[in-house]
Amino acid sequence: MKIDVEHVAKLARLGLSEEEKKLFADQLSAIFEFAEMLNKLDTKNTPPTSHAIPMKNVLREDKVVPCKNVEDILANAPEEEAHMFKVPRILE
Amino acid sequence: MSKYETVIGLEIHAQLLTESKMFCGCSTKFGNKPNTNICPVCTGQPGVLPVTNKKAIELAIKTAIALSCKIEPSSVFARKNYFYPDLPKAYQVSQYELPLATGGHIEIEVAGQKKRIGIIRVHLEEDAGKLVHQGADRIMGSDSSLVDYNRTGVPLMEIVSEPDIRSPLEAKAFMETLQHLLQFIQVCDAKMEEGSLRCDANISIRPVGDKKLGTKTEIKNMNSFRGVLKALGSEEKRHAEVKEAGGTIIQETRYFDDTTETTTGMRSKESAHDYRYFPEPDLVPVEPEGAWISEIKKTIGELPEAKKQRFETECGLSAADAELLISSPVLAAFFEQAIKLHDKPKIVANWIMGDLTAYLNENKKAIDEIDFTPAQLVEILKSIDKGTISGKIAKTVLVEVLKSGKQVKDVIAESGMTQVSDEGEIIKIIKEVLKHNPGPVAEYKKGKKATIGFLVGQVMKASKGRANPGMANKLLAKLLAES
Ligand SMILES: [Zn+2]
Repeated sequence: MKIDVEHVAKLARLGLSEEEKKLFADQLSAIFEFAEMLNKLDTKNTPPTSHAIPMKNVLREDKVVPCKNVEDILANAPEEEAHMFKVPRILE
Repeated sequence: MSKYETVIGLEIHAQLLTESKMFCGCSTKFGNKPNTNICPVCTGQPGVLPVTNKKAIELAIKTAIALSCKIEPSSVFARKNYFYPDLPKAYQVSQYELPLATGGHIEIEVAGQKKRIGIIRVHLEEDAGKLVHQGADRIMGSDSSLVDYNRTGVPLMEIVSEPDIRSPLEAKAFMETLQHLLQFIQVCDAKMEEGSLRCDANISIRPVGDKKLGTKTEIKNMNSFRGVLKALGSEEKRHAEVKEAGGTIIQETRYFDDTTETTTGMRSKESAHDYRYFPEPDLVPVEPEGAWISEIKKTIGELPEAKKQRFETECGLSAADAELLISSPVLAAFFEQAIKLHDKPKIVANWIMGDLTAYLNENKKAIDEIDFTPAQLVEILKSIDKGTISGKIAKTVLVEVLKSGKQVKDVIAESGMTQVSDEGEIIKIIKEVLKHNPGPVAEYKKGKKATIGFLVGQVMKASKGRANPGMANKLLAKLLAES
């Protein structure tokens, strides 16, 4: 299977060199081919698996638990203003 | 009659009334200092484990039941991947292929005509953060943006309608009916202007009689019922104009501008969205069991339409009165509590919709925002029945209680407005009046019986309006006959 590595890179906001494009295209194709082995199995009566573990309804009560390291999170902001994350303009 | 038929489908986002966020313990409180209700989970720090809020699931199931949807035996959260600064994880968690509920409907009414609008699905997702644009009041032309993640991860319920809506008026009616329902079953405060209820629309037109749908555009940023009406009105007109001029409609997202009341297409560099949905590995499926669903069903209570019917048949109210009372769930609850204490529904309804509503409107308050209980209203009404105060004075007492927040009995006592129903006292007043009005008394005796009206008026005046009018009438006639 051929992978459109440029499209995938664009979606992931990655800038790739020509060598990298070639490298990743080959690697991703190999991964796909490996996964395609599953197509040999008859899955007509198998429901799609969303999770590998047989668990359901893991829920928590609706209770507020304030976070103690809000300032640490904000410290990761590239730039901060008025206790907000400052980001460059969004649309050209 | 237009040669085109309009086809509209709506996507509604409703913020659920939970204390904490969808997958973490952060508060959902509105209006806090920016970035104070955030934590490692909702800001997407590595290695965190989200856990689903049980209440959010329950509120969505409640809504699904009220919309006659089928609760799916298994629903799964997925990651919707895209980059935007209001989305710190670079994906939004949302139910996608397997939603919580499917296939319901809601009944709307436009110009006396009832119509059923289908509901495709109800699912859960998380809200994004809030962007504050700088250098311009709009996203276009701003230099930089500030991001507040307090809203990130707040539980959202998405309700998707079938494309059954045929006019902007029907779309508005749908939103109003849905708002009313969500407020009634207490899952969302559903205020469009505050953003707790939002709506996007897909709209297209086709020649009348055609089965094939026309190309649709998606309309965003309609922040009020009026906005829904204006945006869709202007867009259906634009579609018709483009077609009439021989052009074609381009499938795109358009934003409604409140000031110009038109929609504008937004250039997007990304040609097509490619969200690469996949099951969220950190969240296991939701599989509501029958017993749980039954428990939730019990919390719904009576739906607005059923309540209205009951007000008409059991309480003997007119359709218009019943409609007014159910227009707000808190008003309906107030009425119901009051008639439990005082089994005179028509009188209670009249007082609620008359003097009480007038006061609320004047002060721009809802009934649950003031310190006034059904028991207090009933105390006033019972005082009229007992003859302690007249109906007219009761109105003054009501306003005074509402304004001062004092006890009903204190207001009545302090005001000196209690009705005089003591026979001896009324006779004393009547005798005074007769003494000072020899003229009218003589006329009455000569046969001009209507003069008694004037004399009753004088008695009421002399008693400062406090004499029991029925008794005053009776005693006056008696004394005149005797004298
Ligand atoms: Zn959080």
